[in-house]
Amino acid sequence: MSIAVAFQDLTLGYNRLAAVRGLRAEIAEGSLTAVFGPNGSGKSTLLKGVMGTLDPIGGQVAFGSLKREDIAYLPQQSDIDRTFPLSVVDLVATGLWREVGAFAGIDKDHRERIDTAIAAVGLTGLEQRPIGSLSGGQMQRTLFARLMLQDAQMFLLDEPFTAIDARTTADLIGIVQRWHGEGRTIVAVLHDQETVKAHFPETLLLARELVAHGPTEKVLTAENQFRARQMCEACDGPPHVCGRGGP
Amino acid sequence: MIWEALVQPFTEFGFMRRALLGCIAISIGATPVGVFLMLRRMSLTGDAMAHAILPGAAVGYLVAGLSLGAMTIGGLIAGMAVALLSGLVTRVTALREDASLAAFYLISLALGVLIVSTRGSNVDLMHVLFGTVLALNDAALILLCTIASLSVVILAVVFRLLVLECADPQFLQSVSGLSAITHFVFLSLVVMNLVGGFHALGTLMAVGIMILPAAAARFWFESIGGLILMAAAIAISSSLTGLLLSYHFSLPSGPAIILVAGAFYVLSLVIGPSGGVIARAYLRPKFEP
Repeated sequence: MSIAVAFQDLTLGYNRLAAVRGLRAEIAEGSLTAVFGPNGSGKSTLLKGVMGTLDPIGGQVAFGSLKREDIAYLPQQSDIDRTFPLSVVDLVATGLWREVGAFAGIDKDHRERIDTAIAAVGLTGLEQRPIGSLSGGQMQRTLFARLMLQDAQMFLLDEPFTAIDARTTADLIGIVQRWHGEGRTIVAVLHDQETVKAHFPETLLLARELVAHGPTEKVLTAENQFRARQMCEACDGPPHVCGRGGP
Repeated sequence: MIWEALVQPFTEFGFMRRALLGCIAISIGATPVGVFLMLRRMSLTGDAMAHAILPGAAVGYLVAGLSLGAMTIGGLIAGMAVALLSGLVTRVTALREDASLAAFYLISLALGVLIVSTRGSNVDLMHVLFGTVLALNDAALILLCTIASLSVVILAVVFRLLVLECADPQFLQSVSGLSAITHFVFLSLVVMNLVGGFHALGTLMAVGIMILPAAAARFWFESIGGLILMAAAIAISSSLTGLLLSYHFSLPSGPAIILVAGAFYVLSLVIGPSGGVIARAYLRPKFEP
């Protein structure tokens, strides 16, 4: 199986303090991988490194069969200004950016795809709602609809199911599995071990450095997780520099 | 009676008609920019930029006297320099944009006051600070209308980029390389409109016509289109009312216009259906499935 993304001695960080150190791993094309690890272990930082919003301090992110443009990224929710007067349909429609760009109009075909995506995440009827009035679960559904329109080959999801009700989580996992079935590559940062064990065949266990990477049942052993916690507690530098780079 | 009070000042006096036209041009050009400043939580940036323009206008004044062209170009250069420098400092150093902008505009303002007061009289300083809406000549009017037209056209071109840059900059950066350019174009629009505005209302009051109508409109509309139209309507009404008040009661016209806009703001704050005081107190928040 070909490689989608390879981390080659990758070191990432903020203000020269490494949040991810010397990572060597390969994400296979079409794989469904969970990135798991203690708080501040560099999980979100790793996704930013792949997206290129953070330049590596050392090493590199090598793209195999994919280009960066083929990747859709779901950041943590707090990055969107929910007070901005946009409706659900407006936000979902931005998923067509690569096709429509800054200037072209949205035609009938686009409209139908937007409606289909909104229906797929179960938000039909709420199209005109301002995003500020959505619940956390509804907002995440909206963002998943946008991801669907991006029609990407690879998805990077940063804690997609955190602070979201069980029904929404189940629905969204269904969508992730549909993408997986279509042969797309998915890398998701997750907090909940049960979700990882139940739905993600591959796991990358991170504690700033790589702890283990491979089939989930072999990676998420008690021994590995204990080691990850120890490595993260022992690591140097003020802890707020890790992970998401401060509060 | 009503005719005499409301229309006659404009039919009788050319300077009133010119003032009104100038203010309408500013209202149309500046308020959409103000709406975006507000939505990006950059309302105070407008104020800072207005102060930053002062030394440029002052240098223009030193070089060429009370010359429209020199003061406009000077103001544009100073405004853009402060916008670019503070943006650069934010990117290169650890300082956040609000702090670096504050630093540069304070330096700029002190420099401006110094330059004006070493060479000019207090009257000149008053002109730069508070504008001369009742003495707009043809060239100034053409400048104001040109700036308003340009501003509206540019805003229309970058509209989608700007909306996304405000609402979800991270996403825009991931799909488009135009994020930084969008930010720069937007700051240029702010500077351009403030430079236009300062001829009529002065550097300080020009911010008022940009921000106050936008802030007031927020209590009436939730959509961007609604906000922009409402803000422009409030700005034009404020201009008309402010000019009439200044005519009948011999008040300085710039502050009169801004105070009327301020009155619209306070009124909207109280009775506005979208999050106003009364709406908040009496309408329960909607809970829908």
